[in-house]
Amino acid sequence: MDGVSFLMLVYVFVLAIFVGFELITKVPPTLHTPLMSGSNAISGITIVGAILSAGLEEFTISTILGMVAVIFAMINVVGGFLVTDRMLKMFKKR
Amino acid sequence: MKTIIEITYLVSSVFFIFGIKKLSSPKTARQGNMFAAIGMALAIIVTLIDQDVLTYEWILIGAIIGSTIGVIMAVKIPMTGMPQMVGLLNGFGGGASLLVALSEFYKIMNFPAWNHDVKTDISIIISILIGAVTFTGSMIAFGKLQGLVTGRVVKYPGQHPLNAILLLFVIVGGAYSVIYPGNELLILVIAAVSLLLGVLLVLPIGGADMPVAISLLNSYSGLAASATGFVLENNELIIAGALVGASGIILTLIMCRGMNRSLLNVLVGGWASAGSGGPAPEGSTPKGDVKSVDAEELAMIFDSVSTVVIIPGYGMAVAQAQHAVRDLVNILEKKGIKVRFAIHPVAGRMPGHMNVLLAEANVSYDKLFAMEDINDDFSNTDIAFIVGANDVVNPAARHDQSSPIFGMPILNADYAKTVVINKRSLNVGYAGIENELFYYPNTLMYFGDAKDAISKLTNELKNL
Repeated sequence: MDGVSFLMLVYVFVLAIFVGFELITKVPPTLHTPLMSGSNAISGITIVGAILSAGLEEFTISTILGMVAVIFAMINVVGGFLVTDRMLKMFKKR
Repeated sequence: MKTIIEITYLVSSVFFIFGIKKLSSPKTARQGNMFAAIGMALAIIVTLIDQDVLTYEWILIGAIIGSTIGVIMAVKIPMTGMPQMVGLLNGFGGGASLLVALSEFYKIMNFPAWNHDVKTDISIIISILIGAVTFTGSMIAFGKLQGLVTGRVVKYPGQHPLNAILLLFVIVGGAYSVIYPGNELLILVIAAVSLLLGVLLVLPIGGADMPVAISLLNSYSGLAASATGFVLENNELIIAGALVGASGIILTLIMCRGMNRSLLNVLVGGWASAGSGGPAPEGSTPKGDVKSVDAEELAMIFDSVSTVVIIPGYGMAVAQAQHAVRDLVNILEKKGIKVRFAIHPVAGRMPGHMNVLLAEANVSYDKLFAMEDINDDFSNTDIAFIVGANDVVNPAARHDQSSPIFGMPILNADYAKTVVINKRSLNVGYAGIENELFYYPNTLMYFGDAKDAISKLTNELKNL
């Protein structure tokens, strides 16, 4: 990773934080719990790293750690999106 | 191939952004969640065709186990258990970041040809720290919400210096391991200390401060994902993590503002008196007579009014009284009474807790009002009906400078013509202080467990 590409990552990070602030300040308080569980599921994006670790050609300790990471991230992703959907289904106007 | 993967990651990030954008209205929120899930599916599928991924059996095993557990948890958890669920899921996200960082460390150690440099090594340390703190911190938060760990404020001598020393150790040890890489033992010790730090940071936080803790851990889980993104030089992880990190921080600030406390004040362990748990010290609070009513009398009072505002609090969640409250609302509305809900930002154990419970009980979300939207309306309200809330309606926050909750924004329940408070006893709330509202001339206490008491009231109203 050279200096320029690292700086690009920092750029992306900072700009994404600003996008996040803009988006989330518009979420009404009534949806704060689904926002939390939904964004929680998004943080399961670590699954990408977990897959890369678990899928190495040679079997090493990295593979085992990767597999456990896949389990954790998958719980986070699947559980998070499903439970958020379950909650949002209930938010109705009558 | 590399280009296709990168573009897909970009598309996936856009799905995440649109997904969160659609969460800004209950009408589109479900679709938004779906968008985010599609984004996630895209990211997973495209990662599987990455040239570095050569064996699939371990991924498959992990994915099957993880998905099964995830589905079971999501289906089984009752709505009242949602704060615990969110805490637990946070923890798994953080744990995954920790494991990926460790895995990367071993990859570098076992395959010296693997491309890495100082920035990767630094990112690994940061990822281990944040991931580990998120993991154990969330588990403690889960334990507190589930009642497995004490919900009290935990204080012991030297706790803050100890935390500072542990953090310093991680920083110094981390710096050392970056300068002299490949020290396996040191990395493991850093991970262990970080795990311990997570426990010690969340343990002191009191039960009612959990909305802050959960929001903050939510933010950490995002930052952990971002840190992993820096390790892997993956923009999508950085973007998705940053979105979640920002979300958690905003919620944290909203919660802190709702209590008029600084984040630091919450983190170091609660209101000055909160730890005592005993009866409040006798202060300047004017003690007077408490007027209590029974169901029959109260039903007649409700029958004669035209506007009611219900103020739910954690007590409603504990008693699981949301369905009983909905039944009450239905009968009141049948009698032509206008019913609304006033929801304090820190009511319950996580942001939006009351809203979810009431949604579960089929209360239409357009009847739920945030504090700032309804507070001016209390003076035109006949009855403010408080169900299991206490500190958030204590008028002392407005005028009593000696009160620990002075300055906290409260719901103006006392401005209503009549205040009815459903509570099991006259006990103090979380802040450990007397509530002078109980003794106001326009206040009626309606004692009893929320669920039973409200069902009784509803029955009496039916019989009128």
